[in-house]
This record gives sequence, C-alpha cells and structure tokens, in this order.
Amino acid sequence: MRNITFAEATLEAMREEMARDARVFVMGEDIARQGGIFGQFKGLPDAFGLERVRDTPISETAIVGAGIGAALGGTVPVIDMHFADFIGVAMDEILNQMAKIRYMFGGQANLPLVLRAPDGVTRSGAAQHSQSLEALFMHIPGLKVVAPSNPKDAKGLLKAAIRDPNPVIYFEHKDLFRQRGEVPDGEYVTPIGEASVVQEGGRLTVVSYSRMMTQVQAVCKQLGDEIAGQVELIDLRSIVPMDTETILASVRKTHRLLIVHEAVKRGGVGAEIAAVVAERTIEYLDAPIVRIGAKPFPVPFSPALEPAVIPQEREIVEAIRGLLGARI
Amino acid sequence: MNKDTLLRWYRTMMRIRIFEETVNEKFLAGEIPGFVHLYIGEEAVATAVCSLLEESDYITSTHRGHGHTIAKGADVKRMMAELYGKRTGYCKGKGGSMHIADFGVGMLGANGVVGGGINLAAGAALASQLLGNGRIAVSFFGDGASNRGTFHEGLNLASVWRLPVVFVCENNQWSSTTPYRESTSVEDIAVRAAAYSMPGAVADGNDIFDVYEKAAQMTQRAREGGGPSLLEAKTYRIKGHFVGDPEKYRKREEVMEQLDRNDPIKRFVERVLEEGLLTSEDLTRIDHETLEEVSSAVAFAKESPFPEPTEAYEDLFVEAGAQ
Repeated sequence: MRNITFAEATLEAMREEMARDARVFVMGEDIARQGGIFGQFKGLPDAFGLERVRDTPISETAIVGAGIGAALGGTVPVIDMHFADFIGVAMDEILNQMAKIRYMFGGQANLPLVLRAPDGVTRSGAAQHSQSLEALFMHIPGLKVVAPSNPKDAKGLLKAAIRDPNPVIYFEHKDLFRQRGEVPDGEYVTPIGEASVVQEGGRLTVVSYSRMMTQVQAVCKQLGDEIAGQVELIDLRSIVPMDTETILASVRKTHRLLIVHEAVKRGGVGAEIAAVVAERTIEYLDAPIVRIGAKPFPVPFSPALEPAVIPQEREIVEAIRGLLGARI
Repeated sequence: MNKDTLLRWYRTMMRIRIFEETVNEKFLAGEIPGFVHLYIGEEAVATAVCSLLEESDYITSTHRGHGHTIAKGADVKRMMAELYGKRTGYCKGKGGSMHIADFGVGMLGANGVVGGGINLAAGAALASQLLGNGRIAVSFFGDGASNRGTFHEGLNLASVWRLPVVFVCENNQWSSTTPYRESTSVEDIAVRAAAYSMPGAVADGNDIFDVYEKAAQMTQRAREGGGPSLLEAKTYRIKGHFVGDPEKYRKREEVMEQLDRNDPIKRFVERVLEEGLLTSEDLTRIDHETLEEVSSAVAFAKESPFPEPTEAYEDLFVEAGAQ
C-alpha cells in the first residue's frame, strides 16, 4: 500500500494502461505541456511522446468527435474535457454519436473510449466551472458513467474504463485531485458496475459517491462511533450500470435510506435510486427516503453564496440523526 | 481512363440510380418506413471519389447516404433489407435509411445529424496516422453542413495535425428547403479551405471525370502525408429533401432543366459513346444486370424476417473483454 493523491492515482492508471496497450492515447486541452490543470497528466509526454499525449485546439466538438472516429479506426482514445462543464460544447457528439453508434449500426463496431470530465465545486469556480452533470448522461442509453471518491477507486475505475470496449464517462471531482489515500501496490482493476460497501451498519443505508462520499465519511467521524456504527455506507462508484442489488440488499437490512450527492437534487441520481427502492422494496422501509442534493440554482460565485446551494455537512448530520430517530 | 474503370463507374452510378428509384417507389407504396433521402442526381460524386479508395479506407456519410454506401462497396441486398427494417439488414433493423452503414468496407455510417460525420472522419484519419496503417478517410457532407461548427472545428483540427482526410462537400444547392444563397456566406464553399491552410477546389459534381481528377490529387496528398483538402462538388438535388417532400419552395422547371441538361449519368453516357470509350451494348448489359440486382435485393428484403422484439435489447453494449 502507498499513500498517494487522487491525481497521482489516475496518472498511474494512465501510465500502466498506455504501457500495456499501444493503441491507448490521450488528448485534450493543456494536457501535454501543462500536464493538466490538476497535474493529472504530468510527465506522460516524456514517457509516451506527443503523438500519444496530445494538446488539442480549444475545440471540444472536434476533440470528442475525432475521439469517436479514432475509436472506430482501431485506437483507444482517452479524451479530457478540461472541465465537465464544457461537455455542452460537445453534446451532440456524445448524445447523437457516442451513445448511439454501436446500437444504431446493429453492433457493427465497438467504441472503446473514455471521456474524462473533472466536475464539481472547488475554489469558487462559479456557474460554468462547478457543475456535477452525471444525471444528464445517466439518462442517455448507451453510455457508462462512473464517479470515484478516492485514489484507490480512481485508479481502478480508470483502468477499467480504458479496458472497457464501450464509451465510459469518467467524472473526477476537482476537489478530490489533491486528496490522499491508500492505493494497493501492483496491478488491480475496479470493475465498473459494482458499488462498494465502505462501512457496515444495521439501521441506516447511506448511498453517496464522488466528493460527497468523503463528506459523509467526515460526518460519520464527527457523530461518533455509537451513531456512525448504525450507518451502512455505500459508495456507488458506478452510476451506469448501477449496482442496485447492493443498495436493495442494504435497505432490506437497515429499513432506512439516505442518498447524498453534490449534483442538483431534482431529477438527479438520487431520484433514480429512490424510485428503484420504492418500486422494488418499499415494504421494507421504516421511514421516508431522504435525498440530499444541490438546490436547483446555478452554482453562485461568492463563498458566502456557494454553500447555500451545494449540500453542506450540517445537512447530512441532520438527515442521519433524523432518520435514526424517525419511524413512520 | 481505362475501360474497366469506366464500366465500374457506370455500374456504380446505375446501381445507385436504380436503387434510389426503387426505394422511392417502395417508400411511396408504403413498404419502407421512416424518413428517406435520395441521392438521385448526385451519383457522380460518390462514385468518382470512392473509386479512388481502398476497401480499408474510411468514409463517413450523411442522411442522404445510400449512394456513398453503394459506392464504397456495400451489398444492395443487405442495404435494402435494412431500409425495410429487417433482421438481415446491415444494422439488423436498428438503423434504417438514415443510419445505413457497412463497417466491413470502411463505411462508418450515414448520419442523421447534419455535419455529424466530419469529425468522425478526422478521427478515423487520426487513428490511421497513429497506427501507421496507411488508410485515409473521406467525409462526405452537404452545403448545409459547411455552416455547422463541426465543419470549422474538424477542418482546423485536421489541418493542424495534417490528418489524412479529404473533405468532400456535395453542394446540391438546397439545405432542405432553404436555397444555398440564402444560407451560406460564400459563392464557393471551396474558398473556405484557405482559412484552414489546405487546398480547396471546385469540381463540376455532375461530371464524373472532373470530380475524379480533382479528388485524385486530394486522395494522393492524403496518402503521401500532405494532410487534408476540401473538395466542393457542385451538383443538384433532383428529388425533394425527403421522399414525400411537396417541394413548394422551388419551381418544377428548375428541376426539369437540371434533369435535361445536367444529369450526371446522361452526361457520362453521351461522352463515352461520343468518344467511343464504351459501346451501347456495354451499357445495356449493365442496365439489365443492375435492374436484376436491385429487384432481387427487394425480394431478399421482403422475404427476410423482421427482428424479434427482444432484439431491441441487444447491441447497446458489448461485453468487456470483447475488444
């Protein structure tokens, strides 16, 4: 085990996969000379050259469109979106090409590509540099969507995404890049589609992912062993495909469910999880499902305003306390 | 031009023409569902350009994609079956006319989004460059697509990376119902090539010899590592935007005049007979064979089974490890 940052973990994944498979290359804005805004591509050009680590024009449409074409042409592109917010510029390429090509052409071609999308709030990024957009892509059939919360999964999921013969959108929270964590030595892959039960507990299931997972863990520490010990914590990790069985099994055990994500609550991943639980196992619930997510506003700039939109630890504390006390 | 090439050209152009006329008829008879856009009158462009390509080279196409697909070497039986929505079609009934594709011959798909194929072709060319496999890519698109952002981003990217790709703009004078002059800032789309530091040329898109000559320089440049080019083939959309289009936006005389004076197949025939390059027997034989071929494609499509409803749940993802 080593203690490294989330950014370093993704860099290890890139190095290992590019060394393993000569077809893998990466392109995006400011990744070669700058090494990525978060240092997540640092040193890659020295190891693999500027052909396989490519700085691109500021042309998200072309980067994503050409990535799709390059995948059809026999390579395995990793595309960096710079900020997840810029996905809008390439939305047609994702919505109408990437998600559709395999299916609408009757399975004639595979589309092995990874779209890396740094998302979430950090350092007052304001409305166009702070969004969490995974729900948009969960809604489009034909895309896999993952969102790791720690360095170990960041590495394992990125390796899995690169090896996956289908398009994968890899959301990496900007605020997590500098976060440190234990990463195993040697080769491992984190399978896409498997949630992780981070902590077992008997009275409340909390499902989260990405940065909010770390907030939930911090809250559990604050609450102390007696309360935290009753919480079963599930890190979703993959949004599509979603490991609903792990969630359902947990809810059948704990009878209570809290879902926490940074993305807007309305129409979010939490809504999907709540609906699945209600459809398939509502009779096990002893309390209403609670969702915590951002309020339906663009992310405001001022440090005085941002916390009013983005979920805060206090909300999570109250929800956990409330659910553990509540009965229908 | 040797006789084999001329015969091949004629066969391809007639195959497209007869296929399209048959599709028109079968669509109006209610046998073919969906939206269908015909390539009638533009056959010389796909035929000339694709005759410069190897089977392993790539093309991307448009919503008006039957002609490109045939010219790249696809089987009209499986094409027709796809248009009928049958399991034996290229896309197993999941694509239809607007998403006809044959990856086996490098035809990376018709595309229902105008300009959607431009960057895909640039990307396929990038893969060829990275893998060093010598393949080139051609993107066919219309005059309307030259006004989309994908055109700007794709041509710029291809230029700065010297990608082995040829951009072929089929200027058929009509963006759906809007005339070219009302939608496009330049007289010749080819002049836009200068903005991307690549060669641009205008070809008479209804003269297969002219398209061939100009496209040959561009495919050669791509093969030699010289980078991308832009060819504008001026042509004319004989049929409406889609089958069933009432065409209230243009005069019937305009179409009749084009048919009379500027039909690419008619012009080809006149020239090869006049210059004694082919005989009318050569042509008649191909006419018969092609008619036969397309009518057996219709029979094949009609006899083929529809997919089972559960097949709608196949082909979304491929199992990991399959790449």
